[in-house]
Amino acid sequence: MRLLIVEDDAEAAAYLVKAFREAGHVADHAADGLEGYGMAEGGGYDVLVVDRMLPRLDGLSLIRSLREQNDTTPALILSALAQVDDRVKGLRAGGDDYLPKPYAFSELLARVEVLSRRRGAPAAEPIVYRVGDLQLDRLAHRVTRGEDEIVLQPREFRLLEYLMKHAGQVVTRTMLLENVWDYHFDPQTNVIDVHVSRLRGKIDKGFDKPMIHTIRGAGYMVRDAS
Amino acid sequence: MTQADDTRAGTPAAQPRQSLLPNLFRTTAFKLTAVYLLVFTLFAGVVLGYVAWNAKRLLDDQIRSTIDAEIRGLAEQQRLGGIRRLVNIIERRSRAPGASLYLVTTPVGERIVGNIEALPPGALDRPGESEIDYARSSEALDTPGRAIVRVFMLPAGFRLLVGRDVEERERLGVVIRRAAAWSLVLVFVLGCVASWFVARRVLKRVDGMTDTARTIMAGDLKGRLAISGTGDELDRLALALNAMLDRIGELMAGMQQVSDNVAHDLKTPLTRLRNRAEEALRTATSPEELRAALDGSIDEADNLIRVFNALLMIARLETGRIQDSMDELDLSEIVSGMAELYEPLAEEAGLELVTEIAPGLRIAGNRELIGQALANLIDNALKYGQPIVEAPALVRVAAVQVGSAVELAVSDHGPGIPEADRGRVLERFVRLDQSRSKPGFGLGLSLASGVVRLHGGQLRLEDNAPGLRVVMALPLAQRKPVDMAQPEAARPSTAAPNPAGLQSV
Repeated sequence: MRLLIVEDDAEAAAYLVKAFREAGHVADHAADGLEGYGMAEGGGYDVLVVDRMLPRLDGLSLIRSLREQNDTTPALILSALAQVDDRVKGLRAGGDDYLPKPYAFSELLARVEVLSRRRGAPAAEPIVYRVGDLQLDRLAHRVTRGEDEIVLQPREFRLLEYLMKHAGQVVTRTMLLENVWDYHFDPQTNVIDVHVSRLRGKIDKGFDKPMIHTIRGAGYMVRDAS
Repeated sequence: MTQADDTRAGTPAAQPRQSLLPNLFRTTAFKLTAVYLLVFTLFAGVVLGYVAWNAKRLLDDQIRSTIDAEIRGLAEQQRLGGIRRLVNIIERRSRAPGASLYLVTTPVGERIVGNIEALPPGALDRPGESEIDYARSSEALDTPGRAIVRVFMLPAGFRLLVGRDVEERERLGVVIRRAAAWSLVLVFVLGCVASWFVARRVLKRVDGMTDTARTIMAGDLKGRLAISGTGDELDRLALALNAMLDRIGELMAGMQQVSDNVAHDLKTPLTRLRNRAEEALRTATSPEELRAALDGSIDEADNLIRVFNALLMIARLETGRIQDSMDELDLSEIVSGMAELYEPLAEEAGLELVTEIAPGLRIAGNRELIGQALANLIDNALKYGQPIVEAPALVRVAAVQVGSAVELAVSDHGPGIPEADRGRVLERFVRLDQSRSKPGFGLGLSLASGVVRLHGGQLRLEDNAPGLRVVMALPLAQRKPVDMAQPEAARPSTAAPNPAGLQSV
């Protein structure tokens, strides 16, 4: 995955570039908004990571300008402003995700990977998600594992649907709260973990191979362990 | 009114006083009075002019009708007795005191009889009425009088002129003009004096307000504008400004308290963080130990970030600056969603989460904030709601309409909060759990209270007998924007006291 990091703080940028490279991605760096705009315009990036407050051209204007030229490269906004309306403004400007500073790198990485996947598959989502012997039919609202049908509550279904949609990718707790419950605050408790462990009880109990994996210090991932 | 106020004395910020007069000319009161004065003068002028014009018209009419009557009489005499009789009559009348003006001439303009000596040339050639200068005798040629005259053609080309002096009218005009001049002078002088008095009175009060404002700017935030008690516009202004000062004082006090608490509550984890890192550097011998120490440090840092975010959010809520993100919300959906989110956690904590939600409750607000406030309350109830006596182990989340408000209540059967502490727990960083055995920072209820206040509602703590009941009363949705600056403080209920209770983020 090719990433462009637009960040004026040299130390933070160097850290991000290094961390993304260690995670196996190609990361370029632009130190201000105009430079970032020039590099992003050249294209070829899978995801843009844009700081909101930048010299010369601020992050929101950068994204807005790109969108005006029908450049749909997914963009994640990093911001020290983390209030309710700041997020809304960021997304309204054309950002695809918004992460308040300070953040955990694992959170940023998980979100960027999900964004890059979105770019890779613009086609319609499949009706049935399959991971190993686990199947989720989005139209029939049916979940089966092998021959067994698994009965899920509506919210458990949406939780599994989101996990399976991003199978093979790390999904963080805040991403789950955002996408399954549509809240953006930090619940500060293990409320998401309890939901996942309930789901796990229905999906993985009695089977040899677990489907839902806990990624330490990051979140969860659905994948076929074999 | 506050001129003599002690707050003025010795204020270093007070500017040197300008002389009273130039100051006076710049006051609104003076300018207003000047405008009134001008308008009043104009009115007076118009009224006097109208009176003068009417008086002149009336007098002229009177003179004309006198002249007409005389001409009719003289013409009749001439018809009956010929020109001779006419001449006789005119000769007699001309000599009477206060007589009208008469002149009879031959067709070629030679004077036959009359009491007019000089006339403007051609005055006799125009039959009908005109206003002319004349002289009664040859001595008075230098000082001609003015008269309204009428020329009447007699048979055989003789002409008869009858007129009356208009000196009376001229005198009246002079009187009116003089009266007008005097009254204008009087209006002007009296107006100036009145405006000076009015302006000085207002100026005195405004000066008092300015002085008070200066002392407040100089740092005395307790200073308040004096109220005269008459309820006039300056009083209303002073009341509004005082209310504003109260609110500012409240916010300042809040800020002060926060910075004190921040200093305390952030320094503690910061010190812990620093100690942990230092100790790891000093004593760690294996990579595993270093890793564990770093993990611990990250956890501490994350906690610090949480406290910081919560504090920033509370600060934002209290300054009421998120009007833009207010929508009409389905509160019932939010409450049931939130209850569903926490239901597994409750089960894990050995508590039953029951809901009682009226459908279709709509309020104007921010979904994220309401959700977060409710999450804090449920989280608190799950943390501290373990029953201590013979009470069912359940947490109830209810949303019902009460009058024009929606009451959103989270109740538990835990130890509750003693009445005396109920006001205090809404403050930042207040935790009643002295042992601080449960995770949290003491910001959850403050945040919920801030959210409710921002939505124009009220947060109440009540006795659930046994346990705690936290009620968020929010106004039902109306088609008007929410008043963000509602200074209504959430007040604790006055229900019976309770054993020790706890709260946290």
